[in-house]
Amino acid sequence: MTDNPTFEFAVRMGDNCLILGQRVSAWCGHAPILEEDIALANTALDLIGQTKLWLGFAGEIEGKGRSADDLAFLRDGREFKNGLLVEQPNHDFGHTLMRQFLFDAWHHPMLTALKASSDTRIAEIAEKSVKEAAYHLDRSTDLVIRLGDGSEESHRRMQDSLDTLWQYTGELVTPDAIDSTLGEQKVTPDLSVLKAQYSDYIISVFDEATLTIPTNAYMQKGGKTGLHSEAFGLLLAEMQHLQRAYPGVSW
Amino acid sequence: MYAQEIKSTGKQVQSLEEMSPEDRAFQKRIDADIKIEPKEWMPEGYRKTLIRQISQHAHSEIVGQLPEGNWITRAPTLERKAILIAKVQDEAGHGLYLYCAAETLGVSRDQMTEQLLSGKAKYSSIFNYPTLTWADIGAIGWLVDGAAIMNQVPLQRCSFGPYSRAMIRVCKEESFHQRQGYDIMMKLCEGTPEQKAMAQDAINRWWWPSLMMFGPSDTESVHSAQSMAWKIKQDTNDELRQKFVDQTAPQAEYLDLQVPDPDLKWNEEKGGYDFGEVDWAEFFQVISGNGPCNKERMAARNKAWSDGAWFRDGLMAHAKKKETRKLSAN
Repeated sequence: MTDNPTFEFAVRMGDNCLILGQRVSAWCGHAPILEEDIALANTALDLIGQTKLWLGFAGEIEGKGRSADDLAFLRDGREFKNGLLVEQPNHDFGHTLMRQFLFDAWHHPMLTALKASSDTRIAEIAEKSVKEAAYHLDRSTDLVIRLGDGSEESHRRMQDSLDTLWQYTGELVTPDAIDSTLGEQKVTPDLSVLKAQYSDYIISVFDEATLTIPTNAYMQKGGKTGLHSEAFGLLLAEMQHLQRAYPGVSW
Repeated sequence: MYAQEIKSTGKQVQSLEEMSPEDRAFQKRIDADIKIEPKEWMPEGYRKTLIRQISQHAHSEIVGQLPEGNWITRAPTLERKAILIAKVQDEAGHGLYLYCAAETLGVSRDQMTEQLLSGKAKYSSIFNYPTLTWADIGAIGWLVDGAAIMNQVPLQRCSFGPYSRAMIRVCKEESFHQRQGYDIMMKLCEGTPEQKAMAQDAINRWWWPSLMMFGPSDTESVHSAQSMAWKIKQDTNDELRQKFVDQTAPQAEYLDLQVPDPDLKWNEEKGGYDFGEVDWAEFFQVISGNGPCNKERMAARNKAWSDGAWFRDGLMAHAKKKETRKLSAN
């Protein structure tokens, strides 16, 4: 385990925002309707804004002079600690929305709980971010319900995306040593409580959306410890291209 | 901006004496600077010209998301990424206001989308050029948005109320975009020799296409007169092009970048710059579909629309179900 669990936690939170923001931002100009282009850009913008807060904080507490940009653009894959869920490729718009919903339904209660963190900096970041997360959750909930309980094709696509993405939700609510340490210090919430909240919420939404949660699914894990998918390296290659090609310059 | 191909109504501008009483009353309102609102009577040519111009403008905003969107996932810092996302989001928002303004003239957004996707409606030639380096994002903000502002500032006084009001809002955001673009260029020009070269390469490629944004020269553009009489258009293409060069050449000098025009020279007598002739053959090729990216841009828009059909249909199906449930509950 790392000797600085708070740094590790801030990196996890920041990486979740960064990688999801990166994925979502790739939709700009390609969404099914103009209003969705605007909404997705808005979501990506919020997530990149939150990335700056979390990774900026991580760099400060690490104390090695690394900025949020250094952490975003100059780490390699094994050092990224986002959940596997957020790095899953965009695939179709159904997968993109389902990924967003499964994340928002976790992110919002997480940030809500973090407002009461014993670490005042974490509480401040949560306070700033939670309003955006509430809006994201409202939006993705609404769309999951409407498309799940929509046409035959929209239902099939949403069910298909849930079947594919469900396996990546486990690690978000399963504590490891870092979560336990920080939980004991009241820096972060008890993930078992969060898991129950998460589960209650998504069950009620999927019920209304007429979607079925896969039973007996094996839950993948690894993101929190830097074990990612093959596609993740390509995401980084694209995102970090300029910083890697022109090291040390100012943009 | 972005309406380079305004077609004429096919008629000469009539004098007040030649006009029908309705046309005359309409023209008098225009001459008195009274805004025309959607529900009021207007000549068919006025309506058609505006629909064409506003929808072309809207389409340009929509297609314009693509070349800049190309660099969102590669923006070099978190700050630059956020600014670029916000900018592309603004462009989509402009498209939305403009489609709404056009809808007040009796055309639906679906009809306009269909015209864009079928290739019947045009969009600005500038978006058919590729964004090859990060400096292109700076050059687009500085030059392309700069040219757009030059075109759009007078459109704030356009005689048609909804277009004029949309432009007031759009212009505020465009000024911000232009400053951001110039800021990217400044950073590159103050940077390493490689960064400076990247900036010079970008102005080399974007300068002339930016001048083309104002449309054909006045001698070629026979259709401006009626639009000017109707106060849809306030300045001629060449007047706006001149203003743009006069504003932009000193900015290039400040950046220590060379404008790729050997004929560019300050003319004390006219109080403006002399500059070379745009390659009109290239312009007309790009307008007629042979620019470097015309096919990719249209393919991307068509793909977005057809891939998204299930999403739009799904939402409609849900709305119908809800309505049915509501009716059966009552």
